[in-house]
Order: sequence, then C-alpha cells, then structure tokens
Amino acid sequence: MTTTAPRSAERAVDTPLTTVPRVGGVLPRWGTWAVLAAAAALVGGLLALVGFSISLFILATALLFGVAVYLWSRVIEGRRRAKDRLVTITVTGAFLLALAPLVSVVVTVLLKGLERFDPMFFTYSMSGILGPGGGAYHAIMGTLIITGLAAVMSIPIGLLAAIYLVEYGRGRLARAITFFVDVMTGIPSIVAGLFAVALFALFVGPGARLGIMGAIALSVLMVPVVVRATEEMLKIVPNELREASYALGVSKWRTIVKVVLPTAVAGIAAGITLAIARVIGETAPLLITVGLTTAVNLNPFAGRMATLPVFSYYSYASPGIPREAFVDRAWTAALVLIIIVLGLNLIARLIARVFAPKTR
Amino acid sequence: MASSIQATDLDIYYGSFLAVHDVTMTIKPQTVTALIGPSGCGKSTFLRAMNRMHEVIPGARVEGKLELDGTDLYGPGIDPVTVRRQIGMVFQRPNPFPTMSIYENVAAGLRLNSTRIAKGDMDVLVERSLRAANLWEEVKDRLGKPGAGMSGGQQQRLCIARAIAVRPDVLLMDEPCSALDPISTLAIEDLINELKNEYTIVIVTHNMQQAARVSDVTGFFNIEGTGKPGKLVEMDETKRMFSQPREKATEDYVSGRFG
Repeated sequence: MTTTAPRSAERAVDTPLTTVPRVGGVLPRWGTWAVLAAAAALVGGLLALVGFSISLFILATALLFGVAVYLWSRVIEGRRRAKDRLVTITVTGAFLLALAPLVSVVVTVLLKGLERFDPMFFTYSMSGILGPGGGAYHAIMGTLIITGLAAVMSIPIGLLAAIYLVEYGRGRLARAITFFVDVMTGIPSIVAGLFAVALFALFVGPGARLGIMGAIALSVLMVPVVVRATEEMLKIVPNELREASYALGVSKWRTIVKVVLPTAVAGIAAGITLAIARVIGETAPLLITVGLTTAVNLNPFAGRMATLPVFSYYSYASPGIPREAFVDRAWTAALVLIIIVLGLNLIARLIARVFAPKTR
Repeated sequence: MASSIQATDLDIYYGSFLAVHDVTMTIKPQTVTALIGPSGCGKSTFLRAMNRMHEVIPGARVEGKLELDGTDLYGPGIDPVTVRRQIGMVFQRPNPFPTMSIYENVAAGLRLNSTRIAKGDMDVLVERSLRAANLWEEVKDRLGKPGAGMSGGQQQRLCIARAIAVRPDVLLMDEPCSALDPISTLAIEDLINELKNEYTIVIVTHNMQQAARVSDVTGFFNIEGTGKPGKLVEMDETKRMFSQPREKATEDYVSGRFG
C-alpha cells in the first residue's frame, strides 16, 4: 500500500481532493476459493500426521482461511476491503454453524424415520401390537384433534385480546394485560400441563386423563403467542386507514372488522399458524394431561388419547421387544410431526401471499 | 345540500394543553374557505375539530360552540359517526384502502356501513363519484384493480371520490396537495373549483398561492410562540386578504416576510 493517505483526521477534511484516490489491486475472483482449498489441504495434511479429527479439521481450516484471506487482502487491497472480507467470512461461518444442527436433525430424522414411513403407519393403531408392525394412526388423529381444539380455544381469545390492546386498551388494564402476556410467553410448558391437571382435579377429581385437558394446557401456551403476533400486525396497520374510515362516517367497530383486520389478515394468519406449529410438538404437558393409549380414541372428553410427541417418547423410552420396531416407529412419528409443522409453515406462507394487499 | 358552519368562541384542547383559542368564524355554503398559517398554529386541529376527527386522539376535547346549519355538532346526543357522515374529509397523504379495488374504495363509505343498495345503483354512484373527481376516464377500464397501484395524484382523487360518494354536506381537506407534484396539484385544484358548486369546502394549505388560486375566503391562523395556543388572526375575502389585510401579521405572512 503506497497511497499518500493523510495522517490526521483534520488533514483528511481540510485537504481538497485534487486527485482521484488510487484504487489498490483486487484479489482474483478465484482467490478466496483458492485460499480455502489451500487451507483445507494444509490442515488436512498436518492432521493426517497426528491423527484426523473432523471437528478439529473444520475449526483449523476456518481459522487459517480467515487469517490468510485477511492478510492477503490487506497487502493487495488495503485495510477496509480486508476487513470487509474478514467480516464476510465470519458472518458466513456463523450462518453455516447455525444451519448445521438443523440440517443434521432433518437428515437424521429422515434417514431413520423413512424406515417405517409406510401406509401401515398411517392406517393402523398400536392396538394389540406387541412387536413389529402397527402404526400411529391413533397418535396422528390425537395430535390433530388436541391441537385443533387448542387452536379453536386460543385463536378467538388471542385475537380479541390483541384487538383490545391495540385499538381500545388504555391505562392500567392494558398495561397489566401486556405484562401478563409477556409473563405467559415465558411459562415452561410443563407448568401449563400442571395447571390443566390441577384445574381438572377440581372439576372431575384427581387422576383424570382427557384430551381436552391437553388442549387446555396447549392453549395456555398458545394464547400469548397469538396475542403477540396479532398485536404486532395490528400495530403496523397505518393510522391513516383508520382515519380514512372514520372520516367516511364508519363506526370504530366496523372500521376494525372491515378495514384494520383485512389489512393485517395475512400477517395474523401467518402468526396463528406459527403459534400452532409451536405447540403441536409439545410433549411434557401432554404426557401428564392426556397420557397414552394403544387404541384409537377420537373423543377428547373421554379417556386417554395418543399424540405423536408422547407416542414417540414412549416408543423410545420404554420399548418392547424387538426394540428396533419401537425405535423405528418413534423416529417415524418424529418425521410425521416435522412434516406437519413444515406443512403448517407452507400454509402460513400461502395464506400470507393470498391475503397480502396487492398493488397491481 | 351544501351547509354552513358557524364556530363560536371555540377552544380546542389536547388534554390540558390549549391548542386553539377562541375561534369565531362563519363558513358560508358553496364557498371554498382556505385556512393558512405557519406550522403548529392549529389550523389542522381546527379542521379536524369540525368533523370531530380530533377525538380519535385520547384526551382531545373542545369548548365553545360549533354548528352545522344551526345544529350544535358537540351537543348532547350527537354521534360523532353521523357528524363525519355529513362532513367528509380528505387527508394530506392519499390513503386508499389497500385491500380494496378502485370500485370498492369508492363504494367503501356505503359498504363499510352495510347500507343495502342494489348493484346497479352502486354502479351509478361509483361512476358519478369518479366522474365528479375527474378520475372516471382514467380508471373506467380497471375498476377491479387495487387502488394502491395508481399514481399519488390519482390516489388522492380516488380519496376525494370516496369522500363525496357518501354525499356529505361539507368537505374538509387537510393539505390535500402537499404530497403531490404540480400537475396533480393542478388537477385537484380544478376539481375543488368544480366541487364548489355542490359542496362547502374548507381547505388547509401551506401554499399561499394555492389559497389565492382556489379559495373565496381565507382565514389566517397564527401562534405567538411555542406552547401558546393558535388563534384566528383575520378572516376575509381572499382577494382582500392578499392585497390589503387589516392585520400587520397577516400582511407579513402573505407577503412572505415570515413563515
């Protein structure tokens, strides 16, 4: 670097720019990839001498790569671009690091879950099955029924609470609701389960196991998420639209129902779907409220039900003989759960796209 | 159809803050009244008080009397919703409803109130409103398209069409051209001139040439200092206000000596 950069900040400001600042050299396009390959080769070679380890290899390669690119760029391109390259490498590295567990989970569940991903799994319950075979029809239905019930209870409460907070709430009551919604967001899921158990111990006596109990536990977890999501969406509806509606002589309630909600519906629907996706995989509260059965029970108001998370947990934690048959079913149940959540996310995106305000 | 508005000793508060003090003015039917003055002088607040829109802000209230054809708008038993149906408003930034098409935007005033109206009658009403807003020729082939896809000037005319579709007696305009380019501004000003035949129009503007061009009567609001209430300094025929105002402050303002 041989530019005649001014030494002090004052000169940098005072000196008029008489010549166009000289641009230093630029690393060749393949430069960073070449450095990466060289770093990997070097580290791989060195590790081969002392014994190979994949984690050490990745770590050392990344470090060497970053330092080498920085130094090379610093010599040729100057300090600012070298810093830019270093930060780019750091950010990309952090992203890959964050992605690694996700990819690992998906790949593992896919590989192990596909073992029993067959029609039988979706059509049979575990009734009378001791060893291989059987399926999780009862658990899939149980999960859908209980989560559906939870959604039916939570969505109106959450939606109306959010409308109150954004459109009507003033003063102490609104502040209290906001505070308790925040507190509820942080409730451990087992506490929600214990709440449902305690509640039903009062009404139907201790030791009850019902689908509706699980639904109530899940809705305790779901309501604050729905409130938060809806609140954020309602807040970003421009006030001008409300005023435009008021100025047409439209009452406040009609303005909310016919102008504010339709404008925000895409975001609200997406938020609700994500809230459902969040509670559908809950295990702990369902374990203590709904329990598990081997037979199909579609009535959430009578007796135990099976759910996918609990089914998966018990199949893995206390398998029968042969063990593999149970473990395989556990993985497949997990896979089905992931597919349901993925499906919900896709639905949320679809809803958001369909309802989003259009400009053309 | 067009009505007169009479304000008597009107004070407007935000909480305990007195924003506008002691305004007395008469607005005649089928005239264009311009309200001018420096920023923060209370002219928009006064405008919003005329159809009780300022009540949307918590703590806002008025003292004094404001009458529409002799009916006290703030009297007991008067619903602000019905007041706003009689006194329409156009805002500074065009604000068509983003979820609705051009047609639905114009029909919004009736649709949102669930007024029962036959499809054919609604078509007639929409066309008439769009024609009145000089927008029909530009949009008649794309009534089903979203209103948000039009230019700023077209959107503002759509908002005017939406406001007059509910057939108000008075039309309030809060700096309707300040977000528009000169050509769109001209279109709106021409429109104001035509609408004058049917409506009483009150327009707040920062643009004194605009006030001189479109209005019959001009009111000048001023403020003595920050935190002091705004006051109506002078109100007279526009010609007189811009040539030989009675007050020194008005002359300073309209001649560009301050503000």
